[in-house]
Amino acid sequence: MRSYVPDYELRVANRLDEALSFLAAGEDWSPIAGGTDLMVLLNAGKLFHRRFVSIKSIPELRTIEVSNDLISIGAAVTYRQIREHPVLHGEFPLLCQAASWTGGVANQNQGTLGGNIVNASPAADSAPPLLVHDARVRLISTAGERTVRYADFHRGYKNLQMNASELLCKIELPRRRAGWKYFGRKVGTRRAQAISKCSIALALELDSDVLAEVRLALGSVAPIPMRCVKTEEALRGKNLRAATIERACEILRTEIAPIDDIRSTAAYRALVAENLLSNFLTNLYDAQ
Amino acid sequence: MSYQHISLVVNGVPRVVETVPMRRLLDVLREDLHLTGTKEGCGEGECGACSVLVNGELANSCLMPVGQAAGAEILTIEGVSENGAAHRVQKAFAECGGAQCGICTPGMVMASLYLLKRIVHPSREEICEALAGNLCRCTGYQKIVDAVRAAALPDS
Amino acid sequence: MVGAPVRRKEVQGKLTGTAEYIADLVMPGMLHGASIRSTQPRARIRKITYQAGVPWDEFVIVTSDDIPGKNRVALILDDQPYLADDQVNHLHEPILLIAHENVDLLRKARTLVAIEYEPMTPIFDVHASLSGETLVWGSDNVFKRYLMNKGDVDSVWEKASFIVEGEYSTGAQEQLYIEPNGMLAVANPTEGVTVWGSMQCPYYVHRALMQLFALPADKIRVVQQETGGAFGGKEEFPSVIAGHAALLAWKAGKPVKLIYDREEDMAATTKRHPSRTRHRTAVDADGRLLGIDIEFTIDGGAYATLSGVVLSRGTIHAPGPYLCENIRVRSTAVATNSPPHGAFRGFGAPQSIFALERHMNRVAQVVGLSPEEFRRRNFLRTGDATATGQIVNQPLDLVGLQERALREADYYAKIERFRKSNATSALRKGIGFATFFHGAGFTGSGERYLQSVLEVETMADGGVCILCSMTEMGQGTNTVLTQVAAETLGIPYDQVYILRPDTAKVPNSGPTVASRTSMIIGKLVERACLELQGRLIGAGHLRTPYTAEEFAAAVRACGVFRSGVQYQEPPGIHWNDETYQGEAYGAYSWAVYVAEVTVDTLTGETQVDNFLALQEVGRVLNPVLAAGQIEGGVVQGLGFALLEKVEWRDGAMANNQLTNYIIPTTMDVPPIRVLFEEVPYEHGALGAKGIGELPMDGPAPAILNAIENATGISFQHVPLTPEDILRALEPKLRAAEILEEEMV
Repeated sequence: MRSYVPDYELRVANRLDEALSFLAAGEDWSPIAGGTDLMVLLNAGKLFHRRFVSIKSIPELRTIEVSNDLISIGAAVTYRQIREHPVLHGEFPLLCQAASWTGGVANQNQGTLGGNIVNASPAADSAPPLLVHDARVRLISTAGERTVRYADFHRGYKNLQMNASELLCKIELPRRRAGWKYFGRKVGTRRAQAISKCSIALALELDSDVLAEVRLALGSVAPIPMRCVKTEEALRGKNLRAATIERACEILRTEIAPIDDIRSTAAYRALVAENLLSNFLTNLYDAQ
Repeated sequence: MSYQHISLVVNGVPRVVETVPMRRLLDVLREDLHLTGTKEGCGEGECGACSVLVNGELANSCLMPVGQAAGAEILTIEGVSENGAAHRVQKAFAECGGAQCGICTPGMVMASLYLLKRIVHPSREEICEALAGNLCRCTGYQKIVDAVRAAALPDS
Repeated sequence: MVGAPVRRKEVQGKLTGTAEYIADLVMPGMLHGASIRSTQPRARIRKITYQAGVPWDEFVIVTSDDIPGKNRVALILDDQPYLADDQVNHLHEPILLIAHENVDLLRKARTLVAIEYEPMTPIFDVHASLSGETLVWGSDNVFKRYLMNKGDVDSVWEKASFIVEGEYSTGAQEQLYIEPNGMLAVANPTEGVTVWGSMQCPYYVHRALMQLFALPADKIRVVQQETGGAFGGKEEFPSVIAGHAALLAWKAGKPVKLIYDREEDMAATTKRHPSRTRHRTAVDADGRLLGIDIEFTIDGGAYATLSGVVLSRGTIHAPGPYLCENIRVRSTAVATNSPPHGAFRGFGAPQSIFALERHMNRVAQVVGLSPEEFRRRNFLRTGDATATGQIVNQPLDLVGLQERALREADYYAKIERFRKSNATSALRKGIGFATFFHGAGFTGSGERYLQSVLEVETMADGGVCILCSMTEMGQGTNTVLTQVAAETLGIPYDQVYILRPDTAKVPNSGPTVASRTSMIIGKLVERACLELQGRLIGAGHLRTPYTAEEFAAAVRACGVFRSGVQYQEPPGIHWNDETYQGEAYGAYSWAVYVAEVTVDTLTGETQVDNFLALQEVGRVLNPVLAAGQIEGGVVQGLGFALLEKVEWRDGAMANNQLTNYIIPTTMDVPPIRVLFEEVPYEHGALGAKGIGELPMDGPAPAILNAIENATGISFQHVPLTPEDILRALEPKLRAAEILEEEMV
């Protein structure tokens, strides 16, 4: 523990309007949910914000609501809640899969989807699934509410399209018609409780052997979680053939921008991304 | 910073601590309540040596500000034995050699208890997944998994 | 009793959370201590400023000026200062110490000490060190050199049918005991110094504190607390942290507790020595070894610590369990400006055995023999001489051991099955093995030099208590030694106690290292118990055969007394430190480990799917504890091979968090099958030989041999990361990298 803890303030908000008042007060209050990112920083002596309002127990933020066209996940919903939700399990398998890959059991009990999003790491496990599931984020403040496509939410490295008085309160996932195929994989530093070195989420709608609709997103290959729209375009509407797959991989190579860091290298990340995409599409092709 | 009175129920006993709410639950347990069975191995939520149950859910107490635990029911390793008698998980660890140096053991026991509450007869894969957040450097995990299997047997 | 899986002696406290580790202890008036460390790898210290933000007048501050005795950690070369005087030689070198009653204020204060440096030129690798261009230690940067020579290797190159060369390297490895280092000290000139803490060797700490404080032996007391893992990482290092806690306590006049957090422990304390080995091997037309020529180099970091001894063990184990008339090992331990490296389970042998067992597979390939056939033709047999000229005078059947291991692992069927399935899968499976040995106890005359003493004392309740300095750290020492006593005396396990090591109460039976405890100290327990039994009989209180109750009654009748014994070197141990020839170890344990892997060619990730560990260990004293040692060592070996990579920046560990230094979880380990064979060693307790470090030697080469089988690619270094594997699997990648470099 390297922080001078008495310098920090924590208030617990039990209602949404309480939390929003703190954020609107202009006194540099910041939300804390599960604490699985922020408390690590506190321990390391690197938590530069000082004033936190806990949103963990605000009821609206802890629910998963199912309606005909969408699922609305509260920002303080934990990974375990996500894993155990039957509709999410059935219709949004990549998100549940990612939740099962995020940390160990305890971290899954404490960590929240909203926390994972606003921590804004390009390695966030939930991000690629949210991107391919066309997620939207609902932001709320004392001034009102707005919804942003998650694909537009990251402006740059750790730079989100929200201001300090706004609270991420819901993540909305539009429900899809059946028939989509999903593929997800995380390559981490080990088999469990690992930070992602490269992760991929792919969703496809096949119409016989034509890729009618495609969503492709990767983690840890750019300053932000990345929806690879150019690669998607190279696939969308095309027949699933070897040439298509190869072309898509070429485009992918130019679209992503991985780096060398303490965990891995740019070259490795790029190659893994390509191999995983190619392998999945090839298997799909072979299965036809 | 303002010190606050924070109420918790720890191992069935209501307690009140006076501290800053950002203080880690781990430190409150160990230093204010003198329950040193919960250990600090990393301070990053990676090793699980600090695992406790908070309202029945397994949590890393090094990552929980005590302010968020206000009003919660906390179970630590000290509260696991039932009336002085070892819990079947503790007995199984003893029989199977699941504890070597013992520093990870309290966390392993808590994680095992949590698993067995949710899955009565877990497979080896389910045990491994449930304990993946608890690091052990001594045992290589084999006898820990054996212990949890043994504890889960119908006649144990 | 012995051979039975009796419950661990101290298990109750560990299961209920009542076992007291050092961080759990508090004392009235206690202060918390912290170290202020260098942020430069090599520099002169110019100025120290205590910045505003805390009431510095309330703090206890200790610098090298406050040291009453000698500012050197007593070990071997005594070159390491407790606190830097005017120069630092590695990042994180301790410069001063601070203490305060309020642990929050202490944490704040740690960030408020500003130190100005005048940087000097550091060196960070073995090449730079050996070149001598920059001298950072002594006259040539060399801590130690050995030349181990048998026969005349230079005479064989001309007549060899095959000459095979190879170069291998191993990286640093962090011991990663889950309990960080910690000490609590009380110290003042009148009463002396007492420290409690996490440690393997109370008497090492005792000796170091005597020198630090210039106090006689009876003014220093060292007590081992329950220790949460050590693996060598708490062999010599505790002398440093104990000294620091004691210096603060001495100046403060109050108890001081000094506990490292994980980041500090990983960055600033010892690690396994990185190594580089070069092999040159001559083989005849029949695949028999004619000559083995080895260069073995280890990086010791900024101060010598135990580098000379690590080098020694690595040297002796370098040529392995093979018969060869001409063997030369030239080995060197060099200085660099990294935090000093130190003891870690295996102690040089995992490094040199990794190189050897990889190389033997390469030689087999060149010669056109299978790895197992090549080894069959070259294994040591009973009556053969080892590399040091030691005659194998115990029954040894490595051919049989290898055969059994391969059979139990279903090796041949799997080779075939994997060959077929690999043809059509992105997941390539492979199987590989390593054959090796590990010498137990201190090398050569080391045990004689230690002159270990052990006592057994009668207790008022009719039981007996073992008094020795062997430390329980999870390996089962408490249990095994009491089992040996119980067996020898024919009394129940629960009638035997073992006292917590406290230098005020127990004699010096030497350090808990070198896989010596069960074998050598267990033997002392046997002898002491026999002597105690003899005295009870001689005094007329006991007659054989006797029941447990009769024994207890005899003890009560005799009153409290002690039987003490001292180490006696077995006959026939002659060791020449100059020529490095003779009986290096009293006994060796022998092993064959087999690993099965799956390499994912899409990502380079390797999963170990199955592992078989077969070893001949003399006598298994407690099957659960013995298997536990093997399993734990295998998993540490798996980490060494595939996961545990230290990222260096300015000569120190940049990835000093558990998030970024990766050790295996439950999901990363295979099922491990442990099999034992027993050829009793008469000078080991009830036949036992040492096993604590043996399991560290085999996994890395076995796993890499399996990866070669799976991929057809030979890798020569550990840790072997997915990045390394994918780069080798993917020539396209290499081409792209080259292009990128050209464009820059």
